[in-house]
Amino acid sequence: MSAHSTAIGVSSKRGVWGGGNEPLKASYGKLMMWFFLLSDIFTFTAFLITYLAIRVSYPAYAGSLDSFTGSNEYWPVPELVFEAVPFLHGIHAPLIFVGIMTFVLISSSVTMVLAVEAGHRNDRGDVVKWMLWTMLGGITFLSCQAWEWNHFIHGTEGGSVLTYINSIGQNVTETVFGANLVVNEYGPPAFAQLFFFITGFHGFHVTIGVVLLFLAFYQAAVGVYDKRGHYEMIEKIGLYWHFVDLVWVFVFTLFYLI
Amino acid sequence: MATATVAHHEAASHDHHDHEHHDNFITKYIFTQDHKMIGKQFLVTGIFWAIIGGFLSILFRLQLGFPDMNLEFLRPLLGGWIDESGKLDPTFYLALVTMHGTIMVFFVLTAGLSGTFSNFLIPLQIGARDMASGFMNMLSYWFFFLSSVIMFISLFIKTGPAGGGWVVYPPLSALEQAIPGSGLGMTLWLVAMTFFIASSLLGGINYITTVINLRTKGMSFSRLPLTIWAFFLTAVIGLLSFPVLFAAALLLVFDRSFGTSFYLSDIYVAGEALPNTGGSAVLYQHLFWFLGHPEVYIVLLPALGITSEVIATNSRKPIFGYKAMIISMLGITILSFIVWAHHMFVSGMNPFLGSIFMFLTLIIAVPSAVKVFNYLTTLWRGNLVFTPGMLFSIGLVSFFISGGLTGIFLGNSAIDIQLHDTYFVVAHFHLVMGSASFFGLMAGVYHWFPKMFGRMMDARLGYVHFWLTFTGVYLVFFPMHYIGIAGFPRRYYSWTNFEFSNMYTDLNMFVSVAAIITFAAQFIFLFNFFYSMYRGRKATLNPWRSNTLEWTTPLHPGHGNWPGEIPTVYRWPYDYSKPGAAEDFIPQTVPLSQTPESNLPHEQELVKMELEIMKDEEQVLVANESKH
Repeated sequence: MSAHSTAIGVSSKRGVWGGGNEPLKASYGKLMMWFFLLSDIFTFTAFLITYLAIRVSYPAYAGSLDSFTGSNEYWPVPELVFEAVPFLHGIHAPLIFVGIMTFVLISSSVTMVLAVEAGHRNDRGDVVKWMLWTMLGGITFLSCQAWEWNHFIHGTEGGSVLTYINSIGQNVTETVFGANLVVNEYGPPAFAQLFFFITGFHGFHVTIGVVLLFLAFYQAAVGVYDKRGHYEMIEKIGLYWHFVDLVWVFVFTLFYLI
Repeated sequence: MATATVAHHEAASHDHHDHEHHDNFITKYIFTQDHKMIGKQFLVTGIFWAIIGGFLSILFRLQLGFPDMNLEFLRPLLGGWIDESGKLDPTFYLALVTMHGTIMVFFVLTAGLSGTFSNFLIPLQIGARDMASGFMNMLSYWFFFLSSVIMFISLFIKTGPAGGGWVVYPPLSALEQAIPGSGLGMTLWLVAMTFFIASSLLGGINYITTVINLRTKGMSFSRLPLTIWAFFLTAVIGLLSFPVLFAAALLLVFDRSFGTSFYLSDIYVAGEALPNTGGSAVLYQHLFWFLGHPEVYIVLLPALGITSEVIATNSRKPIFGYKAMIISMLGITILSFIVWAHHMFVSGMNPFLGSIFMFLTLIIAVPSAVKVFNYLTTLWRGNLVFTPGMLFSIGLVSFFISGGLTGIFLGNSAIDIQLHDTYFVVAHFHLVMGSASFFGLMAGVYHWFPKMFGRMMDARLGYVHFWLTFTGVYLVFFPMHYIGIAGFPRRYYSWTNFEFSNMYTDLNMFVSVAAIITFAAQFIFLFNFFYSMYRGRKATLNPWRSNTLEWTTPLHPGHGNWPGEIPTVYRWPYDYSKPGAAEDFIPQTVPLSQTPESNLPHEQELVKMELEIMKDEEQVLVANESKH
């Protein structure tokens, strides 16, 4: 009964699809993770299409980059919005910080692969080690995102002068600092709304991923998987983690690059 | 058979037996992980919702058919929703149509139909002990139950349930100040639907995985009963379309509760400008109908699958065009994702885009027609056995034809300008999707009742139920086409102020009376269902003389379905009235090598390989068995 949930291949004259075996050479749990991710792709795609639809309904910034100011008339230039780095106050460092975040997340995918590989070797020590690194990568990414949100919300020192209808229905012209769901100093309200919503939804996925990583890390460390005889759980969580990273690549491209 | 294997199986079945013993009331009937009980839970909950959904429609049919009627007698039930003059409150009317649609589409014909029969039949017909994950299956039901409770509570709150139509288009649904039905009722609607989507995803992932991984030996995809094909594809559609509704709903939640404007722009309410800019209401429609259209097939495909099975069994003939049936279902599955914008021809979409969607929409007529012709040719010159299930299946085919024809009108972007949002649309989808799927559900209940409860439903009551419902449905929905062509728009509380619509008052009255009679007829079914559950005639093991695997289980299968080893499958499920065979049906478990008298030439050639496989597999344990 050790083959409890790992794939079973029965070589038969019936062929792999003839029944009585697992034709995709994947246990039911792994298949379920794949199908869940397939459906999650559709959720994220819907959000990203929403982003694109609203994004293209605004004109792009037409002037020169040197004289860029935030306005709710046109979509902002991302590299001029996301240009801050912690502890380097006042230095123009376009996309450096988010680049570091992205690098950390992608690296955590690499350590995840190493954890899965160690699981194939039933090497508990290595699994625990690489899971820990992956988890640290995830936590670092989330911390960076928290700092970035914080900076985005508090805004720059100068702010931008905008005319807009405030939440109590008055038409006002004032200097706006930072961003909230009604108004932001960088661009149209939709810019901040979409940023909060989509990076937030992705961050929520990463958070769940970190929780799963921790559970698997703990179970691997106390020897649950050794007793079970296989490390398939690491693989399943690995699938999820790679998916979350992959989604970030698209979110990153849409929000920061174009 | 090798002794080691036997020993193992006996041990396994002993385990099952033990497991049964420890079932108490809670683990057996409430938090059960047995797919059969979960299927029944879905069925009973679905029936509960069908009564509510049907009753709501009677309420608004009273208003439409008899606009001057004094509804004072409903005050004990509806309270303040009946105003001082004894009339139905107009905003409550909107809530009624909204909840009727929501309940019928999602709670009855998605959860009640797919939830019941996918759960009940997939493991039984593919030869599995249970679903891949019984625990997730249980969660699926309890998420649905939670969703049901929330939706049910929303019927009783002060501002009434959601009132923006079952499609809940913003900005109407997004702005609390728009109508009472966009207040708390709408919030509860969104919360309930979120749980519903979670439930349907948990279920769908399970169905797909089970069909791929847990088929018994010999049950290849080309030997699957068409029911399973239908449930499988339905689950695929749900898996890919429900997340988009989830996305749409989540964005709507933010617009409603957190001040974003994804769907809102440039809105004045009561002369006051709202701060929202930049959103797009049409965006919501695109996202919604990306679910909304596939949802039609989520509702319909299981019914078509059930019909294939019931019609083949009761015509005592192989289903005509088994492969064509599969291909057309695949075609419908794929096409269902690329036609959604035909719901939006008049939403201000680019007319050129409209003609593309019109083209794609009309292509769906092809696989649909293939299915219809296959049903008719299966029936053609068969030894028809008119069981109630068979009658309901034939009824489905009838509705599918008459409702499908009007779909060709509506799919045309030019004609749709006239017909959009009129009672013509209402008539169309109530026939082709509502009534057809409902008849599929009924056919399934009558047909598999003996397997569910070990007793037969009363056939004579079944006939009465069928004929009243069948004629009732046509009497309700056929006149609606004319009302719709005349320009009578749907969702309106009252149109009696206009001269042209006065002409149709009597027709509306007729429709309402027919609706009330049809609704009343359903209580015959309810009586039959619950009475037969306890007092019905004891069923035989295979009452319909059917080929599929579920009839090889004991009368009351325990958790694990087969007491011994899972049967192996040697042939497709439609060997009815095979020339040369002694009986007019050969179950899937009968090897070709045992029926040389009826084997076709190509099957005779397979006999040798079959014998080799049988010899090989004496050594091999069924992979599925190690699961337990």
